[in-house]
Amino acid sequence: MLMTIANLVALITNSVLFGTVIMLGCCGEILTEKSGNLNLGVPGVMYLGGIASLAGCYAYESGCAAKGTTPAGYLCVIIALVCGFAAAALGGLLYSFITVTLRANQNVTGLALTIFGAGTANFFGGLIMQKSGGVGTINLSATAQAFRAQIPFLPKNWGVVSEVLFSYGAMVYAAVILAVAMSLFLSKTRAGLNLRAVGESPATADAAGIRVGRCKYLSTCVGAGICGLGGVFYIMYYIKGMWANDGYIEALGWLAVALVIFTGWRPVNAIWGSYLFGVCYWVYTCMPEAVSRFLASTLGLTQITYTQNLYKMLPYIATILVLIIGSIRQKKENQAPQSLGLSYFREER
Amino acid sequence: MDNPVAVRMTGVTKAFGSVVANRDVCLEIRRGEVLSLLGENGSGKTTLMNMLSGIYFPDAGEITVNGTPVTIRSPKDAFALGIGMIHQHFKLVDVFTAAENVMLGVRGKDRSVRETAERIKEICAKYGFEVDPRQKVYDMSVSQKQTLEIVKVLYRGADVLILDEPTAVLTPQETQKLFAVIRNMKADGKAVVIITHKLNEVMEISDRVAILRRGEHIATVSTCDTSPAQLTEMMVGQKVSLNIHRAEPANVRPALRVEGLSVVREDGVRVLTDVSFTANAGEILGIAGISGCGQKELLESVAGLQKTEKGSIIYYPEGDETGTELVGKQPGEIRRLGISLSFVPEDRLGMGLVGSMGMTGNMMLKNYGDSRSFFLENRKPRELAQRIKDELEVSAEGLSTPVRRLSGGNVQKVLVGREIASSPSVLMTAYAVRGLDINTSYTIYNLLNKQKERGAAVIYVGEDLDVLLELSDRILVLCGGRVNGIVDARSATKEEVGALMTNLEENGEEEKE
Repeated sequence: MLMTIANLVALITNSVLFGTVIMLGCCGEILTEKSGNLNLGVPGVMYLGGIASLAGCYAYESGCAAKGTTPAGYLCVIIALVCGFAAAALGGLLYSFITVTLRANQNVTGLALTIFGAGTANFFGGLIMQKSGGVGTINLSATAQAFRAQIPFLPKNWGVVSEVLFSYGAMVYAAVILAVAMSLFLSKTRAGLNLRAVGESPATADAAGIRVGRCKYLSTCVGAGICGLGGVFYIMYYIKGMWANDGYIEALGWLAVALVIFTGWRPVNAIWGSYLFGVCYWVYTCMPEAVSRFLASTLGLTQITYTQNLYKMLPYIATILVLIIGSIRQKKENQAPQSLGLSYFREER
Repeated sequence: MDNPVAVRMTGVTKAFGSVVANRDVCLEIRRGEVLSLLGENGSGKTTLMNMLSGIYFPDAGEITVNGTPVTIRSPKDAFALGIGMIHQHFKLVDVFTAAENVMLGVRGKDRSVRETAERIKEICAKYGFEVDPRQKVYDMSVSQKQTLEIVKVLYRGADVLILDEPTAVLTPQETQKLFAVIRNMKADGKAVVIITHKLNEVMEISDRVAILRRGEHIATVSTCDTSPAQLTEMMVGQKVSLNIHRAEPANVRPALRVEGLSVVREDGVRVLTDVSFTANAGEILGIAGISGCGQKELLESVAGLQKTEKGSIIYYPEGDETGTELVGKQPGEIRRLGISLSFVPEDRLGMGLVGSMGMTGNMMLKNYGDSRSFFLENRKPRELAQRIKDELEVSAEGLSTPVRRLSGGNVQKVLVGREIASSPSVLMTAYAVRGLDINTSYTIYNLLNKQKERGAAVIYVGEDLDVLLELSDRILVLCGGRVNGIVDARSATKEEVGALMTNLEENGEEEKE
C-alpha cells in the first residue's frame, strides 16, 4: 500500500477524531490533577459517561420510535451530553468523597474507579443490548447523525483543506475551544490561581483562606464530567452510536492519562498532543508495506498485521521521552503539581 | 498608659489526643506593641497562636478581637479579623511569583497581577521591605521568602501579625533587618507577636513578654522590668546553671586528619577551599561559621556523602599510626569504621529519619544491615528507642507513633540520641541543639561530653557562640568555605571568634574563582 494523499487525509481525520476523545479526557484530568487529586479513574469515568449517554439516548430514540415520531437531533445531543457529564461527574464525586473526605489513598481509589466504571458500563451495556434484541443491535443513528453533522457555514469545496479542517462535527471544535479556555482559566483567572495553589501546596492555600476541600471536590467532579464527555464522543461520534464491550475506552482512558504528563499539565498542549497521539496510533494504516514487512521479518513475526501493536505503543514511548526530557531540564513549571496524589488534613503535622 | 487591646484570649485549652498542648491560657495582644511569646520547645506557643490564625480550633475558652467575642474556624476567618500569621514553615507556592502568592485567596481587592504588584511596592516602601513581585518563589532565599510572607499578611490588611520563630533561619544581619521592619510596623500601630526562645531577641525587640511552660501561661511581664535570668527561670521552672561542664581533654591523640580538602557542589559552586585540620580523640572540636559556609559539605565529605574535588581525609583508629584514607569510600564503609554523623537539617526530618516510621523503626535504620538473619531483629532497637525516650524525655504517645507526628524538638532528640547511642569513635553533629529547649540542650551537651571522656573525637557544628565557647576545647572557624583560624576555646573571646566568622584574613581575601 503506497502512501497517497487520500491515505494521508484519512490518517489525519482519523487521528483528529481519536485525538478528540483523549483531548477531552486529558483536559478533564488536568483540571482534576491541578487540585492535587490524581484520579486514575479516567477510563472508568469515560465508561460511565459513555454508557449514561447511550442509555439516555436509547431511551429517547426508542421512545420516539414507539410513538412513531422522528427524534430531534439537538435533543439527542443535549441528552447525550447531559447524561454523560452527569454520570461521569458522579464518578468524580464518589472519588472525591473517598479521597478528600475519607482521605483514602488516591491511586488505589482511582484504579478501583476504573474497574468500577468499566464493570458498570459493560453491565448496563449488556442490559440495553438485551433489551434492544441482541449483540450489535443498538444503533442510535439519530444521535450519531446529530453528532456527526458538519458545521454548515464552513467551506466544503476547498478540496483537501476542507476535508482535513472542516469535515468534523461541532464537538471536535468545541473540544479545542475547551482546551484553550481551560488554559486561560488556569493561567489567567483568580479561580485558576487558587486551584493551582491547592494542587501545589494545600496548606498554603488553606492558610490563604481558600476552601481546599470544596476546591478539590469541584475540580474533580467537573474534571471527571469533562472526561465523561470524551466517553460520550467516543460512543456517539467515533463508533456512531453503538455499544461494544471491547475495552477500547479503557485504552483511550489510559492514553488520556499519559497525555496529561505529555502536555506538562497544560491543556493547550493537549490540542496538538492528542492529535499527535492519534497519528502515532493510526500511523500503521499508511506505513509503506515494505517497512512493516521489514519490521515483521526482523522480529520474526509471521503476520505483518502483528506489527500494528508496535506502532500503537508510540504514544507511550513519546510520553516516556517527555518525562525524561522534563526531568533533565528540571523546569519547575512543567512538572506535576507538587502535592499531586497526597491527601490534605489541616490538623496533621 | 496601656495600648488598646487587639486580641484577648481567655481560658483557652487545646489537646491533641491525650497530650494537652494548651491549658487555660489567658493572653492579651495590644496594638502598637511587640509581644514575645517565650517558652521551651513543646510549651505550646505555636499551638496557641495557631488557634488565632484558624489552623486549630480551641477545645475550650474564649477569644475576643477588639472587645467582641469571635469564633475563628478557618484562616479565612482570621484574615477577616485582621489576624495574620507567618508560619515557621513558609506557606508559599514555589512555582508562583511573589505577586501571585500575595494575591492568592484574596477576593475583590485588586483585579490583576499588575495592580497587586503595585500594592506590594507600596507596602515595601512603607515598611522598608525589598520584594520583586515578579520573582518566582523557588528562586528566593529563605530571608526573601520570609519577607514575602510578611508582605502577604500586610497586603491582606492584617493589623495583628504573629511571627513563629522568625529568626531561626536568618543570619544576624537579616535578623537586624527584620527587627527594623518589625519596629516600623509597631510604629504604624500594628500588634506584633513573635514566638521565640532566644532570650537576647526577646530583650531586644519586645515590649512585653508572655511566658508559657508546658502549655500553661506562667506570666506576662514588661521587658523593661525583667532580666534574662528571671525569664529563664520562669521559662524552665527552676534555676538552670548556665555553666556547661567541661572536662580537661585526656589521652589526646589525632583521630581524623583533613588535609587540603576542596569541594565543588554539583551546581558548580565552590563550597570548600583547601580545608585542613585535625580532630583529636578525647576532645570536642567546635566548628563556628555563618550558616552556609561549608559546614554541611565538610561533615558530609567526611561521612562519604559528598564528592570531594581534592584533598585527603585520614582516619586513625586507636593504635594505628598509618591511618585509613576515607576519600573514595562508601558511606556504609565509613560508618562501620566508627564514624558517625548526625546532621540536623533545617527541616529536621529531611535527613536521617523516616517520618512515617516510629522510633523503633528509625533506630533500626542505622544497623539493620549488621545482622545476617533474614528476619528483623526488633528487640534491641526497641530497647534503644525506649532508652532514648526515657533519657531525653521524648514526649511521644508510643514507640510506634510516626516520628513526623512529634514536635520538632522531639524529632531532634530522637535523631541525636540515635547517633550518640552507637558509641562512635568520631562523632559529628551539626546543629544538634537547633530549636531545642534549654533543658534538652544541656542533656545533649552532657551526652557529647560523655562521648569525649569516653575517648571519641567529637566535632560539633554549632550556631550559638556562647555554647561553642563553653562546650568545645578548640574552635575551628569557617568563613566562605575556608578555615579562617583555629582557636583555643578556653582563652578565645566571643568577639574574636565573631570577627573570624565575618572577615577573611588578609591573604585569603576575595579570591575569585
